[in-house]
Amino acid sequence: MSIHRDGLLKWIEACAKVLSENREYLTQLDAAIGDADHGANMDRGFRAVMSKMPEFSDKDIGTALKTVGMTLISTVGGAGGPLYGTFFLQAGMKSAGKMELNLEDWEEALEAAVAGVVMRGKAQLGDKTMVDALTPAVEALKESLNGNVPIGKALQASADAAKQGMVDTIPLVARKGRASYLGERSAGHQDPGATSSYLILQAAADTWAEA
Amino acid sequence: MKKLINDPEQVVKEELEGVVLAHPDLVKVHFDPNFVYRADAPVKGKVGIVSGGGSGHEPMHGGFVGYGMLDAACPGAVFTSPTPDQMLEATKAVDGGAGVLHIVKNYTGDIMNFEMAADLARGEGIDVESVVIDDDVAVQDSLYTAGRRGVGSTVLSEKLCGAAAEEKRSLKEVADVCRKVKNWGRSMGMALTSCTVPHAGKPTFDLPEDEMEIGIGIHGEPGRQRMKIKTADEITEMLIEPVIKDLPYKAGDEVLLFVNGMGGTPLIELYIVYRKAHEIATKHGLKVVRHLIGPYITSLEMAGCSITMLKMDEDLTKLWDAPVKTAGMRWGM
Repeated sequence: MSIHRDGLLKWIEACAKVLSENREYLTQLDAAIGDADHGANMDRGFRAVMSKMPEFSDKDIGTALKTVGMTLISTVGGAGGPLYGTFFLQAGMKSAGKMELNLEDWEEALEAAVAGVVMRGKAQLGDKTMVDALTPAVEALKESLNGNVPIGKALQASADAAKQGMVDTIPLVARKGRASYLGERSAGHQDPGATSSYLILQAAADTWAEA
Repeated sequence: MKKLINDPEQVVKEELEGVVLAHPDLVKVHFDPNFVYRADAPVKGKVGIVSGGGSGHEPMHGGFVGYGMLDAACPGAVFTSPTPDQMLEATKAVDGGAGVLHIVKNYTGDIMNFEMAADLARGEGIDVESVVIDDDVAVQDSLYTAGRRGVGSTVLSEKLCGAAAEEKRSLKEVADVCRKVKNWGRSMGMALTSCTVPHAGKPTFDLPEDEMEIGIGIHGEPGRQRMKIKTADEITEMLIEPVIKDLPYKAGDEVLLFVNGMGGTPLIELYIVYRKAHEIATKHGLKVVRHLIGPYITSLEMAGCSITMLKMDEDLTKLWDAPVKTAGMRWGM
């Protein structure tokens, strides 16, 4: 049971689609506690990734993910650019040379990706950021690995954990990023970065359900 | 929301194309990656000064490129930090062999993108120093926030550092001027209306007709406190008193008083605010030795204002008076 390079490319495409479809939603979330640019930024970044895809569609998974990361860094801007860029760069470095990923490989790549995000953005769990969705997702994957859960179920469990983490950001008071200027007023709103992180992980579960 | 734009996705590109046509004597524009740079860059032996940030704050930063101020400005998408490749290419374009100063406003995105760019530039052998401006007193700096926002003092730092660089001061000396402005400048803003980001199509937040936001930033993000609107004099007091108390500015201090329009407020109102601000400053024993009044660091069409105070000394006063020739600020030449 594994994810082949072509399956990975399908996931990237699915990310671009889901971020485009949710552009307005992410904009609204970001208008409430930010500056209303997250939807446009992520959409722009992944459109650029899609236009670059012919350049990396014949490469290994590591190269593909790194190219996604570099593209996001140079097109997304804001805090999302460096953070998502680092996410994909680190996942790519962990997957260097690979043409397929088993569940353990995916967990390692995701764990490295999230560690990169934490290193660059310095957010902790509970700061009301993308880390609040990503960290539970990695934990869920680890549990699945220990429990020998098949890859499809493991990916959905990971997405579910990200979704719960995303929803759990609602009551939090933001301690990082633009939302932190609002202080107490940031409570009661779902974090846009946690939301886009969940969408990306749900896209993985949907794309690789049959892996 | 009515705007004078075409396709929302092309706003920044079309604005830059207008700049190319309007100011060929002052600047050039590099596209992909985007940055505005001095027409005579690089100026040999002079420290290069690079800043940047989201678009939507014009004239900051692109309107401040020219003699006596910035060597290059990197415009991101509206209200979005620019990307490292912009700052890297801009830094290379203005490197006159004496190093480059990055003036960075304290926003998470700006900090990360500028950090990555500085690393890359140093990797290519360019001496880069970075100073972060974080003068907004509206947000308490604590472990539990992203720190204070960089606002009005940024404009002042660009002018003062630009003048220091023209005197052929060293990179460290120019960065020291920037750090002085960082340490001696304080600001606070307010909004009567929100603003509308081009691709969003509607205001970032709803502000009822009879209410105002105190402590807003420059990106349409809601502020710390919403309340019923007061008079200009009352609002001015609500902005300037926390500014004065924060440093604190003390009786006998010489200061520059900067009343900034957020873009949607007319000059007639800014002068009413300045009148009261000057009175309050004087009441505290401060000597207003220089001023700046107008829309310099804006937030699209947001109505509102911000007040920035900067403690001045003899050197800063001399640097302020030095000639500057940019699209957004010009005197002495």
